[in-house]
Amino acid sequence: MNQMQVIRFSGLVLFLISLGIFLGMFFMSGYTLTGEIVREHVKPEHQEVLSPELSEIYGKTFELSIPFVNHINGTIDRYNKEQEAQQKWDQRIFDDYASILIRASASGSIIQNPGLFFFLTFILGTIGSLMFILPQAKLQGPPGIKNNGIFHNALNNRGWIGILIGALLIMFYILLYFFPAYITNWIIMMDPVKQIFIPSAQASQWFLYGFIYCFAVLVMGVRKIIKYSHSRYKILQTLSVTFFQLALAFIIPEILMALNQPYFDFKNIWPLDYDFFYDSQLNTLLSSGTIGIFMLIWGIMLIVIGVPVMTFFFGKRWYCSWVCGCGALAETAGDPFRQLSDKSLKAWKIERWLVHGVLVFAIIMTGGVLYTYFTGSYSLFGLDTYSTLQKPYGFFIGSIFSGVIGTGFYPLMGNRVWCRFGCPLAAYLGLVQRFKSKFRITTNGGQCISCGNCSTYCEMGIDVRWYAQRGQNIIRSSCVGCGVCAAVCPRGVLKLENVEEEGRFGKALLTGNDSFKVQS
Amino acid sequence: MKNIVIIGNGIAGITAARHIRKKSNDRITVISGETDHFFSRTALMYIYMGHMKYEHTKPYEDWFWTKNKIDLVKGWVQAIDFDKKILHLDTDDINYDQLIIATGSKSNKFGWPGQNLEGVQGLYSYQDLESMESNTQNIDHAVVVGGGLIGIEMVEMLHSRHIPVTFLVREASFWDIVLPPEESEMINRHIREYGIDLRLSTELDQILDDGHGKVKGVKTKSGDVIDCQFVGLTVGVSPNIDFLRDTKLQVDRGILVNEFLETNIPDVYAIGDCTQVREPLQHRKPIEAVWYAGRMMGETVAQSILGNKTAYKPGVWFNSAKFFDIEYQVYGQVNPNPKSNEKSFYWEDLFGKKGVRIVFDSNSMQVLGMDALGIRFRHEVWDEWISSGEKIEKVITNLKKSLFDPEFFKEVDVEIQEKFNREHHSSVPVRKKSILEKIFS
Repeated sequence: MNQMQVIRFSGLVLFLISLGIFLGMFFMSGYTLTGEIVREHVKPEHQEVLSPELSEIYGKTFELSIPFVNHINGTIDRYNKEQEAQQKWDQRIFDDYASILIRASASGSIIQNPGLFFFLTFILGTIGSLMFILPQAKLQGPPGIKNNGIFHNALNNRGWIGILIGALLIMFYILLYFFPAYITNWIIMMDPVKQIFIPSAQASQWFLYGFIYCFAVLVMGVRKIIKYSHSRYKILQTLSVTFFQLALAFIIPEILMALNQPYFDFKNIWPLDYDFFYDSQLNTLLSSGTIGIFMLIWGIMLIVIGVPVMTFFFGKRWYCSWVCGCGALAETAGDPFRQLSDKSLKAWKIERWLVHGVLVFAIIMTGGVLYTYFTGSYSLFGLDTYSTLQKPYGFFIGSIFSGVIGTGFYPLMGNRVWCRFGCPLAAYLGLVQRFKSKFRITTNGGQCISCGNCSTYCEMGIDVRWYAQRGQNIIRSSCVGCGVCAAVCPRGVLKLENVEEEGRFGKALLTGNDSFKVQS
Repeated sequence: MKNIVIIGNGIAGITAARHIRKKSNDRITVISGETDHFFSRTALMYIYMGHMKYEHTKPYEDWFWTKNKIDLVKGWVQAIDFDKKILHLDTDDINYDQLIIATGSKSNKFGWPGQNLEGVQGLYSYQDLESMESNTQNIDHAVVVGGGLIGIEMVEMLHSRHIPVTFLVREASFWDIVLPPEESEMINRHIREYGIDLRLSTELDQILDDGHGKVKGVKTKSGDVIDCQFVGLTVGVSPNIDFLRDTKLQVDRGILVNEFLETNIPDVYAIGDCTQVREPLQHRKPIEAVWYAGRMMGETVAQSILGNKTAYKPGVWFNSAKFFDIEYQVYGQVNPNPKSNEKSFYWEDLFGKKGVRIVFDSNSMQVLGMDALGIRFRHEVWDEWISSGEKIEKVITNLKKSLFDPEFFKEVDVEIQEKFNREHHSSVPVRKKSILEKIFS
């Protein structure tokens, strides 16, 4: 092993240690509920009804968050059921006491020294990752396509490492979305970072998630730039998505909140941002003065003008692979898995039904939500807009599809599972791109050798070769314009470009054979 | 309904089958002993390198053949009875009404001592790839003999598995029978940049036996001995027609065909690598073992089979390759050394990784050809320029129109225009760079 490889190996060990500490933290604190904590954090009217059962665990120390949280949630559930049985709907408790109480009851080294654990996980993890990644700039040799060994690798080819990482990601998303109180230790660790923005605040599960997201985009963005160091297109694209994720999705919203303004991600667009028209969101924006009104108008302008105009000129890539947060993660952390997308015709058929289905669902759901907002009635065509539209959408699409499946399945189904099969905004952008846009991937005369690199590395599962080998422009609604097909092509056959619409849907034509006009 | 049988499921045979199927209901059978399905031969290297799996190299999904009623038969044709129109396979007999032979190439061997030892092989077929996989397990050193396209691919493949490689090239510079000196030199540099032991002007003398029938090294004509456990013999390919020699079918180096790709036997056609055109068009060779020629012959023969008798008329020559990271494209005629009526203009970037050559007629000033390393150009534009005899100054002026590199890549037309003006004392208008270009360059 030479020096560089020693550094890489040490970096990997360091990263694994930090990952080990991160996972180990799940088991690290003790949780002791007391009457004082309940008195301090539970609303007086709830104290009365909850404390008899809560008091069963007063003074008892739990080593694990799960039974502690289950006891609290169980108490609340039972209470709510009783109220429901007595038709006392307004008596039910919706406060997330589990998260509040477990934080207050936690003891141990994490809560005493969250900064230390932040250092041991994120800082150490970053150092380790960079030690692993940076030497590649030299070790990988001259700039060019660096796909050697991808299908021999247990990480990139659904081997045991890929399956293990997939399982960890899926578990993480399930905990994050549905059992945030279980992962209180991780959230506590983020307090010092949160307090950079708001000194008195505590981190939430979403702050933790936002931070991990940015961390992944940033570190894997460095990897991506090194890997594609020969391509200015890929470098600029990576810088762009990283910037939008860090600045617009993370830092600016935090600053807005520090300034007592509504949380707002200026680059998130309905229907990806599916709660943009929720009554809570509308009420917040409308009650926040000029800035709130501006945010509302900005969001609507993006939907009605931004998307069609920008997509007409640049294709949907302006958003999906240059701006979007999901795109940011897919293009950076997801890059090692791009070759795992399914290219079959069958997958394409499923994709079209699914992604447009979600778009229709999003439109109907939002219609229902707005109907309720304006009329005050929850009943639309006999359906309850909350329980049949809003809630299922949030659960099945917002959480399960976009998060658990969308990212958890990176190492199994490729890095654009959500973008390809689920994202309603991608469907909307795609419709514009397909029917009215200057964007296309042009094929170069007759130079294609059908090798398959383009299709293999297309993260959206487009069978690029099908078009390239018959000399046909690639105009597909799903193409996010990542540019990898053009990069991996060994014969210079593919070029992403924004050109006049004329000839866009031209016939398949191969240059080079003068025997007759060859139309494939 | 005719019964059309095609021997060979490579690009030539499969293209013929597809184009026939588009316009007829004839029965189509494709025979191959190599693989069940059509795959891209040019992508074999990527399987070894782990860029793709075999599945990825198949341009059509497996259901495609049933859906398009193209019958696939696995087997090797042993002999053909042209009188009775019957093919004798190792597994079966198949008769035909019309036969298309598209059996491709086989690797050359020039009678070196030791050339049949274990661990010595060429690279052409899927079976070659499989044996290369097993022959290169746990080896310390490999030697590749022959400085052509397959040779450098094999070097790259071995390098991708961290196997040290010595690359023996008979010529004074890599592929200098095709590449002009500057281009060839650039590739020499690039090969060495990867740490490959490139030995130019070095000929193989013999391959050494370890006493157990396995290779243990090679000896060069200058007497050097290089220890190795694998030898790649990539000294060209020739038509794969041994089973057709001494039959009624007229063959020379390849199966002889006329301009309609017809052999001397009625209803028997030959296309692709295995073919030798009796009277090739100007600027074309009788045997062209390249992907594109195979494809175009397949397209053309399909027309004749469909009753629309069509002569094979390939247009302006084009080809492409990739040498490690440097892509290569060629359009029209670029000779390694310019002919007496030719002038050649060459530009190379500061780092010696991009080059463009344009060849034109010194009297008429019409462009004859171009090649490019590390830069992509538009096929259609150059095809048009060369076939219509566009003047060099016009080409240089409009060069940007022909660039095909990805967006944001540096556009080299301005530097080329400036150099052309300096060298030819001409005043081709130089394109004005945009502000963005100035910032980035």
